[in-house]
Amino acid sequence: MTSVRVLVGTRKGAFILSSDGKREQWQVSGPFFGGWEIYHLKGSPVDPNRLYASQSSGWFGQVIQRSNDGGQTWEPVGNKFTYEGVPGTHQWYDGTPHPWEFKRVWHLEPSLTDPETVLAGVEDAALFRSTDGGTTWNEIAGLRSHGSGARWQPGAGGMCLHTIILHPHNPGRIVIAISSAGAFRTDDGGATWKPINRGLRSEHIPDPTAEVGHCVHHITRHASRPDVLFMQKHWDVMRSDDAGDSWHEVSGNLPTDFGFAIDVHAHEPETIYVVPIKSDSEHYPLDGKLRVYRSRTGGNDWEPLASGLPQQDCYVNVLRDAMSVDSLNECGVYFGTTGGHVYASSDAGDNWTPIVRDLPPVLSVEVQTLS
Amino acid sequence: MIRVVLPPHLRTLANVGSEVNLEVDSPVTTQTILDALEARYPTLCGTIRDHVTQKRRPFLRFFACSEDLSLESADTPVPDSVVSGDEPFFIVGAVAGG
Repeated sequence: MTSVRVLVGTRKGAFILSSDGKREQWQVSGPFFGGWEIYHLKGSPVDPNRLYASQSSGWFGQVIQRSNDGGQTWEPVGNKFTYEGVPGTHQWYDGTPHPWEFKRVWHLEPSLTDPETVLAGVEDAALFRSTDGGTTWNEIAGLRSHGSGARWQPGAGGMCLHTIILHPHNPGRIVIAISSAGAFRTDDGGATWKPINRGLRSEHIPDPTAEVGHCVHHITRHASRPDVLFMQKHWDVMRSDDAGDSWHEVSGNLPTDFGFAIDVHAHEPETIYVVPIKSDSEHYPLDGKLRVYRSRTGGNDWEPLASGLPQQDCYVNVLRDAMSVDSLNECGVYFGTTGGHVYASSDAGDNWTPIVRDLPPVLSVEVQTLS
Repeated sequence: MIRVVLPPHLRTLANVGSEVNLEVDSPVTTQTILDALEARYPTLCGTIRDHVTQKRRPFLRFFACSEDLSLESADTPVPDSVVSGDEPFFIVGAVAGG
């Protein structure tokens, strides 16, 4: 029987929401790792009961947790993230050189083919890989050392590697994104990398079309067309049809093109979702109305989706990893807010309902469709 | 027998009670206590001191016998009453909240 599991990372622990395929009744379990920040948790596509979670704390640093039973029980695994060689420096906020320092894991991306292999995107920006189920971690050092690393500079949220996109047919191709350095791609499994930011324009940096320095908030793609990428930049929603070699803006009629989250419908590769946020200085929806915007044309032409969402006095944010979709016949769309609600739509965004309320601020939402 | 009191989050992580007892060879220092603690509970590696530099994490401090040992050299012997087990060695997290 088909069911859905929603993995929710929050500022104060992880929660797992479960439902059958009707998606009407939800069971909430947790908090797991109560009191810790859970930046992200995600399941292996090969073995959905193998979950990985990033647990961190300003006091105690980083812990990686692993589950083999869909999140019922967990075990801490390896937490040693050591930069390869002499770490060197990146730019600090004031432009001075600053040593690379590991702070936390923002995103865990399990392999598409091996449950023991998982990638971790970390702050200060770097990519790590484990091939033993998270027990040991090694940096994929070609990313930081490809040449522009010394020019990367953190955004206000930290210099985090937050997006990792694996290619379903070409294991050598990986796209990643860093705030606020930009997007990068390898075609040889991580040995060499190149910035893929042509077409991005960021007015807040000295050279608006610079090779690096763009504050990319999130990138997504549809599995059937893995080289078509959609990006929510700091400002601007962007699209690439050539795996990031070039980008063009598809913000179209959005009321504001600032935001964090972006995702693609499970069965319609041209249907994409964003949550417009008022501005980079006011991280909440326009006019106190929480609205998802959907484009069925791959961008430019957007429609607001508000049914079931708060339409007055709503001043929450939806963070970059806090939107996901299921793959049931009628695609489900899910997102979590900094107000602690997780909203779900079982009809591709037409209607929404909170499936849990009043959690701690939601940092990430991942959905597993189980059969 | 050295008695070590952990902060609540680390008790949960290591699946232990409020106090753990460790056998530590002489000389008993902050370094040797933490070495023994991490050897017995590997999941605590990296949570109290940095994996590589072995420096104390900035929001943690070490106390014993009403003294702050945090800024002492990690190789300084701890007070005799900690060595004898009369007093515990405290690992304390900075207070959070308003």
